[in-house]
Amino acid sequence: MLTAENKKEIGIFGLVACLLMLIPGLNAWGPDGGLFAVSSFQVSLWGKYLTYAILAMSLNLLWGYTGLLCLCQSLFFALGGYAMGMYLMLMIGDRGAYQSDLPDFMVFLGYQELPFHWVPFNNFWFAAGAVLWVPGLVALIFGFLAFRSRIKGVYFSILTQALTYAVCLLFFRNDFTFGGNNGFTDFKDILGYSLNDSGTTRGLYIASALLLLTTYLITSGLLASKLGKVQQAIRDSENRVLFSGYSTTSFKLVIFILSAMIAGAAGALYVPQVGGINPSLMEAAKSLEVVVWVAVGGRGTKWGPVIGAILVNMFKSYTTQAFPDYWLIIMGSMFVLVVLFMPDGIVGVYKQVKNKIAQKRSLQIKEA
Amino acid sequence: MRSIFKHVVGYSFCIFSLLGMLAAEERSARLVMSELIMASGDEQTALIEEIENYGDPVIAEIYQAWRTGGVYTLKSNTDLQLLEFTAQQEWVSVASGDLVSLSEGDVANVKKERAKRSVRKLMKGIIDTLGLKAKDASVRIDSAIKMGRSQKPEFVPALEARLILETSSEVKEAVEEALAISLLKNGNADQKLTAVKDLAAMKSIAARGFIDEVLLDEQEASRETEPLAEASANALLVIEEHLKIMEFLGSFFRGFSTGSVLLIVSFGLAITFGLMGIINMAHGEFVAIGGYTTYMVQTLFIDTWGLSSEAFGWYFVISLPLSFLAAAGIGLLLEKTVIRFLYRRPLESLLCTWGISMVMQQGFRLIFGAANVQVNNPTWLMGNLSLGGFSMSYTRLFIMFIALLVVILTWLLLRKTNLGLHIRAVMQNRGMASSLGIPVARVNSMTFALGCGLAGLGGSVLSQIGNVGPLMGQQYIVDSFMVVVIGSVGNLLGAGISAMGIGLVDQLLQPSLGPVMGKITVFFVIILFLQWRPGGLFPTRSRSLED
Repeated sequence: MLTAENKKEIGIFGLVACLLMLIPGLNAWGPDGGLFAVSSFQVSLWGKYLTYAILAMSLNLLWGYTGLLCLCQSLFFALGGYAMGMYLMLMIGDRGAYQSDLPDFMVFLGYQELPFHWVPFNNFWFAAGAVLWVPGLVALIFGFLAFRSRIKGVYFSILTQALTYAVCLLFFRNDFTFGGNNGFTDFKDILGYSLNDSGTTRGLYIASALLLLTTYLITSGLLASKLGKVQQAIRDSENRVLFSGYSTTSFKLVIFILSAMIAGAAGALYVPQVGGINPSLMEAAKSLEVVVWVAVGGRGTKWGPVIGAILVNMFKSYTTQAFPDYWLIIMGSMFVLVVLFMPDGIVGVYKQVKNKIAQKRSLQIKEA
Repeated sequence: MRSIFKHVVGYSFCIFSLLGMLAAEERSARLVMSELIMASGDEQTALIEEIENYGDPVIAEIYQAWRTGGVYTLKSNTDLQLLEFTAQQEWVSVASGDLVSLSEGDVANVKKERAKRSVRKLMKGIIDTLGLKAKDASVRIDSAIKMGRSQKPEFVPALEARLILETSSEVKEAVEEALAISLLKNGNADQKLTAVKDLAAMKSIAARGFIDEVLLDEQEASRETEPLAEASANALLVIEEHLKIMEFLGSFFRGFSTGSVLLIVSFGLAITFGLMGIINMAHGEFVAIGGYTTYMVQTLFIDTWGLSSEAFGWYFVISLPLSFLAAAGIGLLLEKTVIRFLYRRPLESLLCTWGISMVMQQGFRLIFGAANVQVNNPTWLMGNLSLGGFSMSYTRLFIMFIALLVVILTWLLLRKTNLGLHIRAVMQNRGMASSLGIPVARVNSMTFALGCGLAGLGGSVLSQIGNVGPLMGQQYIVDSFMVVVIGSVGNLLGAGISAMGIGLVDQLLQPSLGPVMGKITVFFVIILFLQWRPGGLFPTRSRSLED
């Protein structure tokens, strides 16, 4: 039985899906000039925004619905990206600057043959699997240790930040076999399709859009399930859940791993669309940025993170160009103001205003 | 009144006569040199003998010019002038060291003076051993070590002569070491054996390579069982052992100093985060405020008194409290405008302060430029303190001292003052403290300002060992949060111990693992530590259930 609420949700979902498909549609069949012309550059730009939106949704699953402020989301994103990047590096073959079968940076560092852990990444499906299981495994190990010793709240945030920092340092090293601080770049093609092709760009965009819609469905499905109920109960009062006989550790662990996998998948789609990856993607500041997207959009809401990620990034690209000296100040003050005055984010503004007006009315009525 | 005047006159007379004496010796070295250049034959030999007693570096300078044809005579109607044409393209009188301005005609009339071959031969030994007679003890030590390492036989007599004359025990040790190293090559069999034994007794690290050579030579000549070879092998073992101990001590010392830096930076954090529950991501920027305040004070001092003046040494002493006040003031402002709305929302304070840190970073870039600024060490912080062959830099020692001071002062503040009592009351139970009449809002402001001020103080200290730039605080922030978590939140003693512990583990791991892997290992050690003690070192025991 569908309730009115459900119907509304399905309506919005359909609308978003149509809107998302508009961009590649216009790119393929739209006019060459004028208001409705969409260039391939814009398609990949929007594709990038969509992967950011998915990343924000994965964090929302943790922060918005489980109360875990995780500061290693960009680490999972980058791990997924690196897994996909390894495949893309191997697909360059001997078309690199050194015309060797090895990736350029390995030739540069004097490798004689491919390190053993790189070999399976010649297979796309292995890489696609690694995109999920590598972040998932890291989340499993770290989450198990952290949740087992009841690290929560702020301490969880700080430890996840330190984890990101440690792994980031590791990836900056040249002898870690992942290209050091230059990372991967100069990709040529994916599954045999050239990355410069507008068809491939559209394909990657559509894949990102589909992943976003899937993530939405997973989130909604989860929230409606019993697991989701426990999850939200943990957010509201972990000790009560614990005392009711639920092992909060396992619940949190499952959500943490799921969220890491989603972030990894988003990262895997991000890398071919941006054309490179390096360790600066997993700096601690990047994770905080993701938190800001969710906060601006509205944490604990289904579409808030998507809106937040897209709006903040559009605003960021605008201010970095228009005010290169002041954009950090503008963005920084914006975060402060959002946290202070819009605790529920953009999505919550309507409700906030409505409440304010209702409050005023009731006051007026009382006075009268 | 009159007696004071008398004293002043007396002292100034003393100072003047002292200056006069110093100047006299300086002048006479120059004078003897100028006489030497003008003299000839036996007179010259006598003067060379006389100059052997001087340790003035100016002798080397003048001799160098003389040897390479940079000394000229200028005959005028009344007298004969001896001039040196310096690298700065200036004419200097050899006898007085004063600048002389010559007319075009004079320049055309100068005549080049060249040192004779016999003089050059005699002078070379003097110039090479000049450093041994220098006034500055450290120059004497350096030059002795250099002469020993060169293992040239002609230095042996000079070193032996110095050993008898030398009064400073430190220099004497260095000369003995140098002499022994030199004898390893130049001595006869007996001398070599005693030299090896002496060096082993001295645990001379510098001699390691040279003893190794002796051992190799002996082995080549298949005399492994001779006493010299055995003594050498034994000496190498002793020195190797000593080196290991020194390295270990060095790591220990560096560990304590890294720990002290962490302690100063994280104490402020322990107060804002531990006691107040505010996660101040802008803490690193308050560290930078301290660094920049030091830079500004330094610039002011340079502009007013100059870089080489006496007064410049005081800039750092003055910048320490100023850095504290500057950071505390800005912290107070921040608390009044932003932080006070966030006491019930710790996770959101993280976001908000991160935004503030972005604004502050860019602010630094706009005001001071994106590049790091240069902060000089005052002279009294330069150099090393040497204890039994183990040297510790004064800067590091000073940092440890400041760390200790910070701990004591914070403890006194929290335990012995009214403000401290209020702070602890508010931290334990905000509502209860408020209902008992404690001005909670004011206490909060003061506490936050105190935390920020400590960060500023840390920045001022850090300016002496690292760069001052917009991102200077960022590199410490993750470590500092770790310190607070390990030391149990809200426990300053714990923060102190964990800062020292993390610093030590970090530095003890670094020699074998390298800086990056060392850091990563420390991080995993911390995670495992929290498995064992989730609440940190000193968890607060409480019956209340936080949720």
